[in-house]
Amino acid sequence: MSASYALQQLINGISLGMIYGLIAVGYTMVYGIIGMINFAHGDIFMIGAFVSLIALLLLGAGAGLEGPAALLLALPFAMAITALHGWTVERIAYRPLRGSFRLAPLISAIGMSILLQNYVQVSQGARVKPIEPVLAGGIEIARFGEEVVTLSWIRITIVLTTLCALAALTWLVTRTPLGRAMRACEQDLKMAALLGIDTDRTISLTFVIGAALAAVAGAMYLLFYGVIDFFIGFVAGVKAFTAAVLGGIGSLPGAVLGGLLIGLIETAWQAYAPQHLTPYKDVAAFSILALTLIFLPTGLLGRAEVEKV
Amino acid sequence: MAEARADAAAPPAGRDLILEVRELTMRFGGLLAVDQVSFAADRGRITALIGPNGAGKTTVFNCITGFYRPTAGAILLRDAAGGVAELQGRPGHRIARAGVARTFQNTRLFPGMTALENLLVAQHVPLMAATGFGIGAVLGLSRYPRAERAAIEKARAWLDATGLLDRADDPAGALPYGAQRRLEIARAMCTEPILLCLDEPAAGLNPRESEELSALLLAIRDGQAAGRGRGCSILLIEHDMGVVMRISDRVVVLDHGRKIADGTPEQVRADPKVIAAYLGEGDEGEEDAA
Repeated sequence: MSASYALQQLINGISLGMIYGLIAVGYTMVYGIIGMINFAHGDIFMIGAFVSLIALLLLGAGAGLEGPAALLLALPFAMAITALHGWTVERIAYRPLRGSFRLAPLISAIGMSILLQNYVQVSQGARVKPIEPVLAGGIEIARFGEEVVTLSWIRITIVLTTLCALAALTWLVTRTPLGRAMRACEQDLKMAALLGIDTDRTISLTFVIGAALAAVAGAMYLLFYGVIDFFIGFVAGVKAFTAAVLGGIGSLPGAVLGGLLIGLIETAWQAYAPQHLTPYKDVAAFSILALTLIFLPTGLLGRAEVEKV
Repeated sequence: MAEARADAAAPPAGRDLILEVRELTMRFGGLLAVDQVSFAADRGRITALIGPNGAGKTTVFNCITGFYRPTAGAILLRDAAGGVAELQGRPGHRIARAGVARTFQNTRLFPGMTALENLLVAQHVPLMAATGFGIGAVLGLSRYPRAERAAIEKARAWLDATGLLDRADDPAGALPYGAQRRLEIARAMCTEPILLCLDEPAAGLNPRESEELSALLLAIRDGQAAGRGRGCSILLIEHDMGVVMRISDRVVVLDHGRKIADGTPEQVRADPKVIAAYLGEGDEGEEDAA
C-alpha cells in the first residue's frame, strides 16, 4: 500500500473520528451531570441528520440555494429542531424518573431510542435517503509520483465545523456562568441546588447542548456518506458511546480523543484488514469497548470514580 | 413565594424573628428523629443549636435547607420587609433564593474548581440574570462583563475576609482542611443570604483557628466582613462550647429529638436539664449518649 493511500485514509479517519467525537460529547456530558447513559442520544443524532437532509432539500428545491450557503442555513435549523427533541426526551422520559432506582431512566432511554427510530421510520419511510454531494471538488495536498492525495471540500468542512462546535462548547463550559453551573452540578448536584442553581434547568440545557452538537454531527455524517436511514443512530451511537468510554466517560477532551481513535481504527480496519474481514469493521469498535471496560475502566482521560457520601 | 396563612404571618410581640420553626417533626420509618420542635432565631443575632450526638440537630438543618421534607410542622422565614416564606417542602434552589445558605459538617466544596470559581458558582443567579439567561453572553452584551467583574470583586473580598486571597486559583480540593471550612463559609455568603446556617463550623479546628472563626462569624453578623455593610443572622450547630458561649446570643438545646432548653448562654449553662443531658443522669443508662 502506498503512502498516498495511507494519507488519504488518515484524512478519512480524522473526519469520521471528529463526527464520533461530537456525538460522544453528548453521552459524556449527560453521564457527567446525572450519571446516566442516554441510549437515545444516537437517535437524536439520526434526527439531526434527517432534519439537515430535509432542510438542504427544501433550500435546494424551494430557494435554489446550494453549497456552503445552504449548509450555513441548514445547520442552525437542524440544531434548533434537534435540540427541541433532546429537551423533550429529557422532559418526558428522564425527569419524571429522577430519584427513582438507577435502572429506570436507562430502560426509559432504550424505550425512547426505539420510539425515535420508529417515529422517523413511519414519517420518513424505511428506505435509505441519498443526497447529491453538497460540496464538490477539493484541493490537492500531496503528490507521490503519479498518485495524488486530495482533500475534498467536504472533509475540510467536516473538520472545521466540528472544531468550531467543540471550541464553542469549550468556551461555554469554561467561561460562562451556565458552564460553571454545569460543572458544579456535575461535581455535587445537591450542593449546586443549595447555592440557588436551578438544577433541573441546568440538566435540561445539558441535553439541549448535547442534542445541538449531535445535530452538527448528523449534518456532517450526511455530508460524509451522502446517504442516511432511520437506523444510522444505533451503530453510530454505540460507536460514539465506545468513544466516550475509551476516552473516559465524563471527560470532554476524552470524548473527542476517543472519537478520533475509533474513527481512525475503523478506517484503518477497512483499509488494511484482509479482504474477507473488511465487512466486520464494526467488530473492531465493539471489541475496543469490551477491552476498555475490562482493562481500562476509567478510560484514557477519565478519573477514578470517587464514591460520594 | 407563597405567602403564609394570615395567622402564621403575625409576628410574635417583642422579638424580630428571621426564622420560626413550629412543631417540626421528622420521622424516618419507625425512628422519630425530631419530635415537635419549635424554636425561633432573631434577626441580626447568632442562634446556636446544641445537644448531644443524635439529638436531631442536623436533621433540623436538613429540613430547613430542603434536604428533607418534614413529616409535619412549619418553617417560616421572614425577610426584613416583613414578607413571610414557608420553607418546608420547597426544592433546595428555591430555599437558597429565599435567602438561606448553609455549610456542611463534612465540607461540600466543588473540589475540582478553584477557590474563586467556587465563589462564582454561588453568584450564579444574579450572573445568569445579567446574561439574559445565557443569550446575552452569546450576543456579547455589555451588561454581562460588568456583572462578571462585580462578581469576581465580591468573591475576592470574601477570599480576603477569610484569609484565602493567595489561594484564589488553587483547586478547592487541594486546600488544607481549615481553609476549606472558611471557603465554604465564604461561598455561602456569596449567595447574599439573610440567614446563614452553619453545621459544626469549628469541628477539627485548632484553638487559634476557632478563635479566628468566632471573630469571622461576629463580623458576618454585624455586616463588617468583606465590606458587606449588611448584617446576617446566623444559625449554627456547634459542639465546641467555647465557641458557642463566646458568640451566641441565644442557645437552643435539643436532646433525643425534643427541645429541652432555650435561652441566653448563661441561662442554658445553668439549666439542670441541659447538664443532665450532657453528663447523663445515670438513671436511664444513657451515659454514653453524649
